[in-house]
Amino acid sequence: MNRILFKEQLAAEVFRFQIEAPLIAAGRKPGQFVILQQDTEFGERIPLTIADADPAKGTISVIFQRVGDGTQRLAELEAGDCITNLVGPLGRPTHIDKFGLVVCVGGGIGVAPLYPIAQAMKAAGNRVVVILGARKKSLLILTDEMRAIADEVLICTDDGSAGRKGLVTEPLGELCGSEPKPDLVVAIGPTVMMKFCAATTRPFGVRTLVSLNTIMVDGTGMCGGCRVTVGGQVKFVCVDGPEFDGHQVDFESMAKRMQTYRQQEQSAQHRCRLAQHPPHNQEKPSGP
Amino acid sequence: MAHKTTSSLAAEARARLDALAGRTHLSTAQRREIPVQEMPHQPPCERVRNMSEVALGYTPEQARLEALRCLECKNAPCIAGCPVGVNIPGFIGAIAHGDLQRALEVVKESNLLPAICGRVCPQETQCQARCVVGKMHKNPNRAVSIGRLERFVADFGRQQHWAAAPEIKPATGKKVGIVGSGPASLTAAADLRRAGHAVTIFEAFHKPGGVMIYGIPEFRLPKRIVDAEVEALIRIGVEIRTNFVVGRTRTMAQLLDEDGYDAIFIGTGAGLPKFMHVEGESLVGVYSANEYLTRVNLMRAYDAQHAGTPILRPRRVAVFGGGNVAMDSARSALRLGAEQVHLIYRRTEVEMPARLEEIQHAKEEGVQFHFLENAKRILGDEADRVIGVELLRYRLGEPDSSGRASPVAIDGSEFTLDVDGVIVAIGNDSNPLLVQATPGLKADKYGRIQVDQDLRTSLDRVYAGGDIVQGAATVIIAMGQGRRAARSINALLAG
Ligand SMILES: Cc1cc2nc3c(=O)[nH]c(=O)nc-3n(C[C@H](O)[C@H](O)[C@H](O)COP(=O)(O)OP(=O)(O)OC[C@H]3O[C@@H](n4cnc5c(N)ncnc54)[C@H](O)[C@@H]3O)c2cc1C
Ligand SMILES: Cc1cc2nc3c(=O)[nH]c(=O)nc-3n(C[C@H](O)[C@H](O)[C@H](O)COP(=O)(O)OP(=O)(O)OC[C@H]3O[C@@H](n4cnc5c(N)ncnc54)[C@H](O)[C@@H]3O)c2cc1C
Ligand code: SF4
Ligand code: SF4
Ligand code: FES
Repeated sequence: MNRILFKEQLAAEVFRFQIEAPLIAAGRKPGQFVILQQDTEFGERIPLTIADADPAKGTISVIFQRVGDGTQRLAELEAGDCITNLVGPLGRPTHIDKFGLVVCVGGGIGVAPLYPIAQAMKAAGNRVVVILGARKKSLLILTDEMRAIADEVLICTDDGSAGRKGLVTEPLGELCGSEPKPDLVVAIGPTVMMKFCAATTRPFGVRTLVSLNTIMVDGTGMCGGCRVTVGGQVKFVCVDGPEFDGHQVDFESMAKRMQTYRQQEQSAQHRCRLAQHPPHNQEKPSGP
Repeated sequence: MAHKTTSSLAAEARARLDALAGRTHLSTAQRREIPVQEMPHQPPCERVRNMSEVALGYTPEQARLEALRCLECKNAPCIAGCPVGVNIPGFIGAIAHGDLQRALEVVKESNLLPAICGRVCPQETQCQARCVVGKMHKNPNRAVSIGRLERFVADFGRQQHWAAAPEIKPATGKKVGIVGSGPASLTAAADLRRAGHAVTIFEAFHKPGGVMIYGIPEFRLPKRIVDAEVEALIRIGVEIRTNFVVGRTRTMAQLLDEDGYDAIFIGTGAGLPKFMHVEGESLVGVYSANEYLTRVNLMRAYDAQHAGTPILRPRRVAVFGGGNVAMDSARSALRLGAEQVHLIYRRTEVEMPARLEEIQHAKEEGVQFHFLENAKRILGDEADRVIGVELLRYRLGEPDSSGRASPVAIDGSEFTLDVDGVIVAIGNDSNPLLVQATPGLKADKYGRIQVDQDLRTSLDRVYAGGDIVQGAATVIIAMGQGRRAARSINALLAG
């Protein structure tokens, strides 16, 4: 069960797995996620968006960035290995409809969860403009995949090593200021990026969806660890989201909550890497 | 009271038994003279530094002596106090006569999970509340220790590997699906499997057992005991599919119409944490008890060396609530190294719904109880980390709908308590996930699935029981409902 059929390294710290998971592949919709766990006794539960699925082959893809201990352990798995525990699809699917002009903004690893949404928006008959952002060229992912489905792809890097030098909010603001105005913006990326995307579109009154990646435990609404304040109300990201109206989300409080375990995680990472793992940059991409 | 070791308690019991010279036919007066057998415990100062079980269980001598306290009443009022009607004098009599195997058989006629219920039932409000011996002494705490005896026979039986494989009827060719793996589900699974049906349990988490695994801590209910019950089910052919969220991985309609399940039992529990809805509840360092206990128990965050899941270890903790969930949170926080744990309850000790034993244990371990106080808001620093709680004092007013005196805030009584962690343990509502994902499945305004006498829901071939029907209740009530639902399903599938 849950065998990894294919592994690929997309960027310095970014990996893609194609995993055998027929039930999830059959049932999942864009916007939904899974939770993975490698060690039933002690392992962390890691939520990852389903980046793609093939119901006929019974497979799903996940794309993840190595940020800490849990994702480091995942990155060590190879094609042929099995994910011990894999549960999903979780969360509410994205509301896909014909809106007109949809601008999809992806930052960093957020491009992965954005991809199935952009794909479905296109399939629903929208004009889809994709804005991709990263710190530098080598960190960009899925640009070819996005080009294959979108009407237009704009690229921004902080250092100008690819596309335009600057932040994704610049072209986003320009699009909002020109005609036809976007009917919907979907922004997925680091919390600050989503916050500033929402701030950019607000004056133009352009509806903006964001996908939140809070800390989670169960993913079924049982623990409340994923709670965020949206429009003054407490919502659970795992069951009420992960997508919310970006103009309503309290990003400040969310960003602080996401720092809860920072110290502990840094020391765990330190401990675990010193003990067992070679430094990142010596690892070779693997998979066919 | 000085701490007594297991061996000294056993020796005392031995001496008394010797004095009775093996007689089992004692007069009421003689039985009355036998003192309540004290439960051997880990000493408080040691146990707050480990996760091992606090109550160590009776020795055989103690069990025998405690059993001799029972009058084996003809009308046995204790039985009516037990939600599943365990034949209490029957099994206690067997212990008194030294036939432990028989004792276990008698318990298991009505209670499938005695090692668990013996540990976690609120006996003082159930079976033991009605015990004649307690009445005779005009002290309910001197009732026969029914729960401890039940635990004793169950543990003894497990050590002796007495779990004889139950008889399984010939295969009926029918398939039953069970949603969730708490006590309601485990019991239903056993009874349905015995009737010859193919049974599959679907559990959202990566481990089966429900609250008994993710909520109730190791120091009160060792996981191996729950695991043993699950393994027994697997041995008789029950299939367990973890990581399977019904309503998401597959819908109820898919299970019934496409996957060939002839009936479904829903035992999804009451897993939706209640919050206090006061300012500051989103601060860093504020946990729901569910999250805190899941991190500690299921994810084993207490074992920082091995666990991947992090947990904050605050030094001064405020726990809000007065039930078992609050006690478990407070005592877990101590074990995770808190220097001070304040348990804050808005009524008084009399109204506290927690098991008596847990309240006592929490006090012995140094949890500081605050009665007639409640949170007004939670205070944070510039990084949004908890630095204190502002509390209000309360007084008791008129009885509310539950019959308990309702707490009334005293205006202007605000004061603050410095803490760096808060655990909200004020109870659970019903998790709406499955109901929302299942058209036609009716629930009341609290989200509890509605059932008839036979635990049938509004959907054809679908039954429900346990906390999802009852609201947050107890293991034994959930178990009883699992059994009743199994009976209804067996009748449906036989017809
Ligand atoms: C619904 C949802 C969907 C997600 N989809 C994806 C996805 O498709 N691809 C992907 O790479 N990640 C995704 N994430 C984030 C991913 O779950 C986390 O990066 C991962 O759990 C971190 O685990 P770790 O043990 O490696 O890192 P940790 O040791 O837990 O953390 C290491 C560092 O990363 C930071 N961090 C922790 N959690 C997050 C987080 N959720 N987001 C950002 N930083 C975090 C910590 O503050 C810490 O500094 C998603 C999260 C959610 C809730
Ligand atoms: C901390 C704590 C301490 C307690 N202490 C005591 C005590 O001392 N004594 C006592 O008698 N009672 C106690 N209780 C209450 C008792 O545990 C519950 O009443 C009992 O467990 C309810 O059993 P259940 O079978 O209804 O469901 P639960 O034990 O709640 O199990 C439900 C299971 O269903 C799973 N599930 C939910 N939704 C889905 C889905 N859609 N698909 C698949 N699986 C799903 C959940 O993950 C869970 O594992 C305590 C409860 C808590 C939280
Ligand atoms: S199951 Fe619980 S209530 Fe019933 S006799 Fe045993 S301990 Fe008492
Ligand atoms: S009421 Fe008490 S003394 Fe009588 S049978 Fe029950 S446990 Fe024994
Ligand atoms: S992750 Fe537990 S409620 Fe959302």
